[in-house]
Formats: sequence, structure tokens, C-alpha cells
Amino acid sequence: MTTVAREPGGRLRWAVTDALTVAGRDVAHWRRQPAGLVVGLLFPVLLMVVFVYLLGGGIAVPGGSYRDFMVPGMLALVMLFGLEGTMTAVVTDTQRGVTDRFRALPMAQSAVVTGRCLADLAASVAGLALVALAGLAMGWRPDPGPGVVTAVGLLLLLRVGFLWVGIWLGLLARDPSLVAAVQILIWPFAFLSNVFVPVSSMPGWLGTLAAWNPVAATVTAVRELTGVPVSDDGWATEHATLLAVAWPVVLTAVFAALSVRRWQGLSR
Amino acid sequence: MGASVEIRGLVKWYGGRAVLDGVDLDVAPGSVCALLGPNGAGKTTAVRIATTLLRPDGGRVEVAGVDVVARPREVRRRIGTVGQQATVDEVLGARQNLVLFGRLHHLDRATARRRAGELLAQVGLPDTGAQPVREFSGGMRRRLDIAAALVLAPQVLFLDEPTTGLDPAGRRDVWAAVRDLVAGGTTVLLTTQYLEEAERLADQVSVLDGGRVVASGAPRELTAAIGGDRLELVVTDPARAAEAAALAERVAAGPPVPDRRGEGARLTVPVSRRAGVVGNVVRALDEAGIGVADLVLRPTTLDEAYLRITGRDRVAEEVPA
Repeated sequence: MTTVAREPGGRLRWAVTDALTVAGRDVAHWRRQPAGLVVGLLFPVLLMVVFVYLLGGGIAVPGGSYRDFMVPGMLALVMLFGLEGTMTAVVTDTQRGVTDRFRALPMAQSAVVTGRCLADLAASVAGLALVALAGLAMGWRPDPGPGVVTAVGLLLLLRVGFLWVGIWLGLLARDPSLVAAVQILIWPFAFLSNVFVPVSSMPGWLGTLAAWNPVAATVTAVRELTGVPVSDDGWATEHATLLAVAWPVVLTAVFAALSVRRWQGLSR
Repeated sequence: MGASVEIRGLVKWYGGRAVLDGVDLDVAPGSVCALLGPNGAGKTTAVRIATTLLRPDGGRVEVAGVDVVARPREVRRRIGTVGQQATVDEVLGARQNLVLFGRLHHLDRATARRRAGELLAQVGLPDTGAQPVREFSGGMRRRLDIAAALVLAPQVLFLDEPTTGLDPAGRRDVWAAVRDLVAGGTTVLLTTQYLEEAERLADQVSVLDGGRVVASGAPRELTAAIGGDRLELVVTDPARAAEAAALAERVAAGPPVPDRRGEGARLTVPVSRRAGVVGNVVRALDEAGIGVADLVLRPTTLDEAYLRITGRDRVAEEVPA
């Protein structure tokens, strides 16, 4: 007879512990290679400075302050950019065989993904904080109160939705070229929203498309919650808060299911 | 006690083609089995199924007495797996990696730290501190890879082409690490394209070709089964090599194989192991007036056995060993 390590505690306990261990690996990466994280965190701030001080002067927005218009948009954009990080991490681990190593371990298999979620959400919280601080430094003053908490909640909810898109894309990619493609395509996706300009300034059908962008719903909701004037641009804008909840829920449901299928497909 | 790895009628399909077409394999506890075969023979597929990473389409695999399809989690607790690439974290240091994998094997923090130290010593890695693994040599990385597979002192260790891409020093390091493990009682199933590796490490070799085990046995049995020894001759006059080959063929057991890589003066003659065969060949050549510059009698190499078994000695292409 051979002795095998016993597993005290239930599966749930190990699912949580293993997820924290997997997430801790990302934290160790950040500590050892802070440059990548810092550049990723500073890029949205840089982009915001460019738009507010260099380009924004020529863009008419409701309420007149491009800065107040831009900050909520950039907060939501940080959530979209997070998708690239998630996807890159998943592709890298799968390519280097780390995913297979995890799959052959007696650990909770869910932890590979939940650990990824925890680490990415932590990075996104840091990203949000930095953009918010930069916004404050630039003179942005959100309405204080519970609206801010709700806004943060909606932003992170959007991140969860994009997280699953990133995981699915990461599992789908056979090589890093898809990452490069996503890094390019993310821009038209970002511009086709109300992040940088009001949708009312776009041609009719494009404006409608932009208003229905998942990012746009969260941006409008965050603008409303932080006291930035929002113009009435149709149904999607009127029901922005509803859509800001519905979109992430739909994204999560669809892409989590696709990711699970893809994950199971690894053993076929 | 049954086999540590028992594979029966294993079948795996990919896109309408059977990559594994009824593989049977037994690995005795405490032994080293080398799964030998060319690229695409199905070696990796077989290992991935045995290590719970792939589901088979037919047949049965038991590892340490546990069915890999029915109880994968229990199999994972009894095995160590080293894939074709080094699958350790490149950013972290050696010790940090081992602590991470220890934690994922559900060791507590203190035990994981202690175990990391033991494993580094076990595979002969120096303490490199916080140096990231990406800066390691191939051999060091591979040894760390093996250490990461040994966290729970597995009963069975799977090594998929453990020395592919390593320089000779790295290869020697890995071989030494594997030998130490086997001395400690671990069962090892390794895949390799290198006959030398199989010869050096394995108690048993199974040749996989076209999704089937085409030959199986101890390295020496395999070589003996296909024609005993080889007589290597170098004749002084290359022009008479063909004549010498014909003569040797008549005297010795099998047809000679002229070595095309030589200048035409070198012959390799399969001979059956019997008294006087060398003398007979030399006498026959001497009587014909063919000078012999060099002569060596040696056992058939696994290389030659392998080429014969897989039928690749009959096609004119070089098979990379």
C-alpha cells in the first residue's frame, strides 16, 4: 500500500484555496516584473491626458466639460483593455504547457479560471483607482455618495463580462497572433461607443450601434451616477443602467459556457 | 502486485485517423519503460491519456491500479508528469516554483517550503535564489521540471521526451536525475526518439509505430531478436567492396548492409552469434585476395533494431535518431 496525501476539508475549501494560490502567482509576477503592470496601468492615464488636453477641446459634449465626460469613459475603457491582459495570460499559459501542468495536478480544476479572475479583477481595481486619481488630479469631481459605489460595482461587473470573453479567446488562440489581432480590433470597438464622443455626433445608424455597445451602457450609467450630464440618445441611453447590468450578465453567461466547452475540449 | 501502468487496447482517433490503434503496454513497478518511436507515432498521445489530459476513444488505462477515465483526480495524486516543454513558471525562481506546485498539491505553506528544498537537492539543482527560471540552462530547467513533478513522491513518473532539445551536458543531468529516482523505487514511463536514451535508462523498450506497439522487450532482447551481432569491416580496396559484401553474405547469417555514408570501403554484416563466424569471413576474404583494414564484431545497436522493426531500413531515407 502506498500513502496518498489526504484532502482535509471539502472541495469548496480547496477550490477557494487553490484559486488564491493561482492568483498569488500573478501577484508574484507583478512583484518581480512591475514594469509590465505599471505600463499597463499608466497607458489609460496617458490616453486620458491626450484626449482631455490635446483633442477634447474640439469635441462638443453635453454639459460642456470634456474632462468630466472623458473620465467615466476611460474608467470603462480600462475594463475593456483588461480583456487583452486576460487573453494574453491564458494564451501564454496554454502555449507554455502550464495549463496542462495544472490540469494534471490534483488541484481544483476550477481554480485555474477562478484564480485568473481574482488576479485580473485585482489588476482592474488598481487600474480604476489610478484613472480615478488622475481624473481627480485633473479636476474631475464626481458627486459624492452611494452613486460612486454603484458605479464601481457596474465597472467591475463589466470587467467580469470581458474577463470571460478574454478567457474564451485565450483558449481559442493557437498562437499569439490572435492576441495581436485583438489588440488592434479593440480600438474600433472602443471608438464605436460613447467613450470619446457623444453618440449623437455620429451618423444615425452608427450612433445606434455605438449606443448599444456594452461599454457604452456602462459609460452612460457611470456618467449618470457621478453627476455628468447625459443627453437623451434613444432607448439604449435611457435604459443605460439596466443595460450596464444586462450586458455583463449576458457576456458572462455566453462566454463562460463557451469557455467551459473549450476547456473540456482540451481533453478531446 | 500488478503493473504500475497497464494499457489495454488503447485507441485514439484524430480527424478520422487512428493515432493509437490498439496499444497494449505493461510497466512493472519500479522499472523504466521507454516508449520509442518516430515523430507522430502516438507516443505523446499515449502519455497524455495515461496522465488524464486526454480521454481515450477506446481501451482501458490503469495507472497505479486506478482507472484514468473513471478516477482522474486519484490518478493525478499518484503520478508526476513532465511534458515535452518545460512547464515551470519562467518568471519565478526555482524554489518559488516548487513552493507554488507544493501548494497546488495541497501541502501547507511550511511543508511546501521544506519539500521545495528537498526536491532541489533531489534533482541536484544548486540554490539559485530568486533568479528567474527563464535564465536557466535547458538542463537545469528540465531538472526543475522533473522536481515539480515529484512533489508528492509519485508512484509513477511520466516523462515525455525529457531530453529533446538539450545539449549533451543537459541530457546527462536528466539521465542522472532519472536514475536516482528509479533507485528510489519510482516507476518511470518515458517517451523518446533517442535510442541511446532508451538503451541507457530503460529496462523495457516498446516500439510504437503507426499507432501500435510493434516490438517490446528488454533493449538486449530487441537487438538479439533481429539478428545477433554485427561485423564491421573496412576493406583496403573500395572497388572490391561489393565483392566483399557478396562473400560475407555467403559466409555470415544475413545480407550485408553497405554503409553509404562511408567511402564505400566500409561494410556492416549482420552475423549470427556462433563460433568461428569471424574467422570464416576473414578467411573467405583472404582467399579472394581482398585486404581487410579494420574489423570489429559488436552487438546490433538499438538503432539498427529500431530501423529494422519499423521497416525504415528498407526505404532509402535517413531517419533522424
